[in-house]
Amino acid sequence: MTPPPTFLGMPPFPEAARSAVSNPQLRHNLRKATHTIRDKRAHVVGELSDWAELRAAGAAIKDRTLRRLDEYLVAAEAAVTAAGGTVHWAADAAEANRIVADLVRATGETEVVKVKSMVTQEIGLNEALAAEGIRAYETDLAELIVQLGDDLPSHILVPAIHRNRAEIREIFVREMAEWGVPAPPGLTDEPAALAEAARRHLRERFLSAKVAVSGANFLVAETGTLVVVESEGNGRMCLTLPETLISVVGIEKVVPTWADLEVFLQLLPRSSTGERMNPYTSTWTGVTPGDGPRDFHLVLLDNGRTDVLADTTGRQALRCIRCSACLNVCPVYERTGGHAYGSVYPGPIGAILVPQLRGVASGKVDPQTASLPYASSLCGACYEVCPVAIDIPEVLVHLREQVVEGGGHRAERAAMRAAEWVLDDAKRLRTVQRVAARSRRLLPRRAPGPGAAWSDSRALPEVPARSFRDWWVRERSAPPPQPPAASPQPPAASAQPPAEQNRIEEDDR
Amino acid sequence: MRVGLFITCVNDTLYPRTGQAVVRLLERLGCTVDFPTAQTCCGQMHWNTGYGKRIEPMVAGFADTFAGYDAVVTPSGSCGAMIRDNHPRAAARAADPGLSARVAAVVPKVYDLTEFIVDVLGVTDVGAYFPHRVVYHPTCHSRRLLGLGDRPTALLREVRGLELVDLPGEEECCGFGGTFAVKNPDVSTAMGADKVRHAAGTGAEVLCAADNSCLMHIGGLMDRQRTGMRVVHLAEILASTAG
Ligand code: SF4
Repeated sequence: MTPPPTFLGMPPFPEAARSAVSNPQLRHNLRKATHTIRDKRAHVVGELSDWAELRAAGAAIKDRTLRRLDEYLVAAEAAVTAAGGTVHWAADAAEANRIVADLVRATGETEVVKVKSMVTQEIGLNEALAAEGIRAYETDLAELIVQLGDDLPSHILVPAIHRNRAEIREIFVREMAEWGVPAPPGLTDEPAALAEAARRHLRERFLSAKVAVSGANFLVAETGTLVVVESEGNGRMCLTLPETLISVVGIEKVVPTWADLEVFLQLLPRSSTGERMNPYTSTWTGVTPGDGPRDFHLVLLDNGRTDVLADTTGRQALRCIRCSACLNVCPVYERTGGHAYGSVYPGPIGAILVPQLRGVASGKVDPQTASLPYASSLCGACYEVCPVAIDIPEVLVHLREQVVEGGGHRAERAAMRAAEWVLDDAKRLRTVQRVAARSRRLLPRRAPGPGAAWSDSRALPEVPARSFRDWWVRERSAPPPQPPAASPQPPAASAQPPAEQNRIEEDDR
Repeated sequence: MRVGLFITCVNDTLYPRTGQAVVRLLERLGCTVDFPTAQTCCGQMHWNTGYGKRIEPMVAGFADTFAGYDAVVTPSGSCGAMIRDNHPRAAARAADPGLSARVAAVVPKVYDLTEFIVDVLGVTDVGAYFPHRVVYHPTCHSRRLLGLGDRPTALLREVRGLELVDLPGEEECCGFGGTFAVKNPDVSTAMGADKVRHAAGTGAEVLCAADNSCLMHIGGLMDRQRTGMRVVHLAEILASTAG
């Protein structure tokens, strides 16, 4: 059996991105998909006159909850238990995987159906179950494509966004038979035909499965109710048909009350799929005799989240409701796709969440992780669309500081020190400018060494014969002209800058 | 009104033309412009690359150099945003406990050139003449951080002889991003290539913006791709006259 695909050992982002941006099919698929969903989102968000207030409310609810997370978690545990469920606490991925595997084994089953869930990908649950002889079947359409294609997810909402429909047809035709009901003969790449093939393939699975594993979008503390928001209805099948349901949920998914939930049920679908309302919202509270699973287990997962919570700037990442709007507008993601980020959480949210979960604050992370906070031009498009107002650029810069403090790159540190030496002092800056101006005819238009990173694709700017400062001192350092009579406002009496600021040491030539 | 010009280190060193244009333009509009030569850099490159703890001298230098002016005008959207958003943050954790107050005193007086002309001087027709077909690229920090909105295009629309055409995908980043351009050169170039393609598709001769850093990147790509287009800072267009 071939080993499962993995993000382990991925190169740092710039290297992974290099091959991605040179892949025309990938670039085309991503441009088309991200622009379509981006436009849909902009349209439906634009319909709401109170979007800004909703967004502020979403951020405020999450912040308030995170501040007292311990209390809400205990309340949620009590409510779930009272409703007949069992709550397990997992400190990390290994513990969560161990708990789920033991629960499945206790049922005597060797197969589980899965509701689309980011957190079970974060902990590598499918691989951990496979190692115990338990096969996990993905039932979300896009997850199914990824699983059948022996591929890795590249988007939070649409894990197979890097595939076009011709590629999907090929995967179905090639792989479905090995996993169960084969693709129908003569399958075309029409979306309806592909969906029908997936439906027939999955239907049998739903009817035979005894155990389901899910995540959850929200956990309402006051009643212990879990919430899954989805489009296809496949999640609903998994949540209702099997006898045992195991839900793995990150501790940051708690919301205190149903009134709080209401805000997020407005924010999420519009931000995520660009729909006013998602087609299926499933809620369940413990177990209900004669209706749905007879056995319900909730695994509450930390896996680095309490460390994120301890960072006052970084903790806003825990507000995330995984809508993927930031991916869809990100100009970097649009050109690299998700695999380049080397994690199940790609794009802007991945760039701020993954380094934190991997402990960048401790100063000890691998080069791949350390490259993630730099995978952004800080354009701010992500912050603009984030429904819970996570200032992603602010967190990126904050994490860059942690990378630098953890050692950073020696050559870069030396260059920054040299730049400070020049920029902390106007006289030194002027001297450096003059040296550059004097040698400007000697400067190449293509730079060697590290400068090639710029000049391979971009001409270097020409250095002018004289800096602005030089020009000013020579042409204008006579007393500044008096304001003409038509000046919009007379100068304030206190507005005289210190006299020495208008002078500069004479020419050092 | 006594205006202190914060030219920015990039413009000072590489684009003196832009600074000269700002001086010419503001004087034409009746301002007294001064260039305090103690100024250096806003610290943006250090801040955005993760060296923000080292910029205290630059933040203090800026606050002290420009303390005495009625208004501080800068022709760089990203440096303006750096001062407005991040100097207070940097000052809040500085060793010098008095720095926050000095920064807080100067920050409200800092304007991007187009904000200053439109909001403070109350002018949109600056009497310019520039007979070319032009696209305006709203750089990310001009647009999202400073919120310049339609001020730049309001000014451009009044320029005689200038034909302003819409730039498709104008809200998309050009891919410069400071050290991003060299840390992630392939993605940066891919983003810039799309920007250049959009601009060239309009048939414009000139792409203008309110930030020379982005223009250095876009112009460098245009040069390598032999597009025959050029980049010009907005200030230079507004400063040019028929005479
Ligand atoms: S960071 Fe914001 S925009 Fe991105 S996935 Fe999370 S909630 Fe959505």
